[in-house]
Amino acid sequence: MIKALQKVSNKMLFNESTSASGVSSMKGNKLKIRHLLIALLLGASVVSIFVGVADISVFDILTGDADKLFLISASRFPRTISLVLAGIGMSVSGLIMQQLTRNKFVSPTTAGSLDAAQLGLLLGLILIPSAGTLMKGGFAFVFTFAASLLFLKIVDSIRIRNVIFVPLVGLMFGAILNSVATFFAINLNIVQDVNAWMMADFSGVLSGRYEMIYFSLPAVAITYLYANKFTLIGMGEDFSKNLGLNYRFVMNLGLFSVSLTLSAIVLTAGAIPFLGLVVPNLVTMIYGDNIKKVLPEIALFGAIFLLTCDIIGRLVIYPFEIPIGLMVGIVGGAIFLIMLLRRR
Amino acid sequence: MIEIKNISKHYGDHVVLNDISLRFPKGKITSLIGSNGTGKSTLLSIMSRLLVQDNGEVFVNEKKNTDYKSAVLSQHLSILKQFNNIELKLTVKELVSFGRFPYSQGRLSEEDHEKIEETLGFLDLIELQDMYLEALSGGQRQRAYLAMVVAQDTEYILLDEPLNNLDMRHSVQIMKILRKLTEVLGKTIIVVLHDINFASHYSDYIAALKNGRVKYFGKANEIINEDILKDLFGISFCISQSNGKKLCNYFNHFN
Amino acid sequence: MRNNSRNIMLISSLAIVSMVFYLFFSLGNSWEFALHYRGMKLAAIVVVSCSVAYSTVTFQTLTTNRILTPSIMGFESVFMLLQTLLVFIYASESFKAVNNLENFLLSIVCMVGFAFVLYMLIYRKGVRNMYLLLLIGLVLGILLNTLSSFLQLLIDPNNFFIVQGKMFASFSNINQDLLAYALFILGITILLSFRYIKRLNILALGRDQAINLGLNYNKNIRLFLVVIAVLVSVSTALVGPVLFLGLLVSNLTYEILNTYKHEVIIPVCALVTLVVLVGGQFLTEYIFELSTPISTIINFIGGIYFVYLLIRRKKL
Repeated sequence: MIKALQKVSNKMLFNESTSASGVSSMKGNKLKIRHLLIALLLGASVVSIFVGVADISVFDILTGDADKLFLISASRFPRTISLVLAGIGMSVSGLIMQQLTRNKFVSPTTAGSLDAAQLGLLLGLILIPSAGTLMKGGFAFVFTFAASLLFLKIVDSIRIRNVIFVPLVGLMFGAILNSVATFFAINLNIVQDVNAWMMADFSGVLSGRYEMIYFSLPAVAITYLYANKFTLIGMGEDFSKNLGLNYRFVMNLGLFSVSLTLSAIVLTAGAIPFLGLVVPNLVTMIYGDNIKKVLPEIALFGAIFLLTCDIIGRLVIYPFEIPIGLMVGIVGGAIFLIMLLRRR
Repeated sequence: MIEIKNISKHYGDHVVLNDISLRFPKGKITSLIGSNGTGKSTLLSIMSRLLVQDNGEVFVNEKKNTDYKSAVLSQHLSILKQFNNIELKLTVKELVSFGRFPYSQGRLSEEDHEKIEETLGFLDLIELQDMYLEALSGGQRQRAYLAMVVAQDTEYILLDEPLNNLDMRHSVQIMKILRKLTEVLGKTIIVVLHDINFASHYSDYIAALKNGRVKYFGKANEIINEDILKDLFGISFCISQSNGKKLCNYFNHFN
Repeated sequence: MRNNSRNIMLISSLAIVSMVFYLFFSLGNSWEFALHYRGMKLAAIVVVSCSVAYSTVTFQTLTTNRILTPSIMGFESVFMLLQTLLVFIYASESFKAVNNLENFLLSIVCMVGFAFVLYMLIYRKGVRNMYLLLLIGLVLGILLNTLSSFLQLLIDPNNFFIVQGKMFASFSNINQDLLAYALFILGITILLSFRYIKRLNILALGRDQAINLGLNYNKNIRLFLVVIAVLVSVSTALVGPVLFLGLLVSNLTYEILNTYKHEVIIPVCALVTLVVLVGGQFLTEYIFELSTPISTIINFIGGIYFVYLLIRRKKL
């Protein structure tokens, strides 16, 4: 009986949320925008493939110039695809973290997750110098997962219910993890090298060295399937249990997919700041908070954003590159600041 | 005399207070009532300079509140807001001593100490005076905060939902203290209340807000009236007499 | 109350003992030199103790919480960017191009200027939400950090060590002139602001109560924010960034003291900081034999303590 009731209320909740944006003309508009975003993404990808020190034109591909085709398959294509996946992964992870904590300002940057992934990588490198990519990725994953669990526990125990207080604590938390990493780095005399990995940069992405990033795909799929449940989880343990949800399981699943995505991205490219914060916020500002509906837009927009930043970074001081970590840091940071200042 | 003239306040497009003017009777308790979101707390915050109004003026003893030095104004007017959860390790007596800050700027004189003792006695807090706030129950803590405001010894005391989260016994206790403050010490008290029966039984005047305006103002007995209350809250009331006061029954779900 | 005075006595004697011990521990033959050298370090420790204690406790009172420290507002990022820029521009010549004193003063000017810009950003809106101010400072800090990291990548590895030396606080090579300047600025700041210190007791009650009790809230917040900016700048410019020191010592102080009075908390906190720093310096010199900078030790301990605070204590 109780179970049945819960199911009914469950259904009602979901129906309500789907009917909220159910006006048909709106739907048509949204579809158009989605198509536009897809077109933009394709366009940006094509540009991304053709931008670089070596000139490649469509003509080369058509004539089958072997050297240039090799360049594309070994460097340009891997770079573009990892940019797209990283863009999707970062923004979707940001979204899940915001859902799980019910706080718009939480993201991989503001919850210490990126720092945890970096610390994991560094420790993997120190403890098992011969470790392969998968092993290092494993270290990063374990640390990110543990740090996320810890951060959620921290958020739970915070009594000051000010939205801004949570990311402040998260940033402090990240700074601690960072200082631990620095502690090891300084003893091994590799501060500058560590700095270099931590700055996200896709110029080193080559075929054979980027495939880890595909690990973010299943995580994104999980997110899509569980989107509604993540929203409910964010309302608290009692609330979600009342609706018959397996709180622990869904919570851990969310953290699992976030950690997997982040460690894959950090391993392949490095830490990309602010992306997971800015993209979900901008998109939900326009489309509202129905996660299931806006998830595709968030993913698309994240990928376009990252691709565009990368293309600009490659062109501004051509033939040199501005690392994407710096580009996104500046653009994303500026957007975030504007968002903060415009808040009432 | 405390008086507001043409007070307006809006947040974005949402108008909270719309050109409100009112004189609050001296030495009496005036209750502010109205549905949620009608701007009662906002009005109180504006009167006590916690919030700045978009338009209009607040007069305290015929002088604009902005013309006072802040420290001087706090010798005339005090406010107690709804949420007072500070994390400090303070005893009741220390908290009450803060009420003397406007006079002493932190250096307590003999007179201040007397006032503090007097207040502790007045609010029946002598036994609790050395307890830490965190160790008190909700009702006791509320009384301690009220004591701080009483120690501030101002002519005008503004209280924002002082009965929030209190049980019946503690609510009655607080309201009796308020009556004593007006009757014995001659204070003017303006209090936001949600329980219509407390407003009816303990206040001299009632100001009812609706849609950002003072819709009704008058003696408590005049305002407690079936038609007025129905207009204010949108439900019907059944009013009876008890001990010369009006008692409202609005638990009328079934008719 | 009796507990309080006992603890204050205890921490004072601990401070004195640790200072004396540090000064005279295995002095060796060239004791005159050693004493002078250690005395300089100790003086620097005193300056940092006072500024960290005063700025952190004040900051936590203004923001009504106990787990944030003023360094999260981005001061240290400004300092690091400046140091990186200097090395980036002048490479190995940077010491010649900008001498220690100039660097010190330039750092202070930049950090105070940064604080000024920060306050200006939210000045228009009034100081309704302190946390917003902090978050903006923090975001700016991350931005500057990213910029520093980028520049650091471009710096010649041989010159990078100059930057690395600035990344971690150190009391080991204190310049006499700088110390004099730092003491002067610290003294003036304390002298000018300490008579307002009781206002902090009221500000601790929160904005609404402070206004009710007749304090001009915005004016006082600004006053103390200036004090914080100056103190953090002086300490950072003198020895370098000490991220978690403030967090560690302020919370230790709240543990041992049972009072709300800032006129007591702040001096005691300065003593606690002194003990922690002298202890840390001793560890660096004699246990780690200078292989690990004092700031990493403090960050490490402070960081663990921070996590402990967050998890163990329900009160945040």
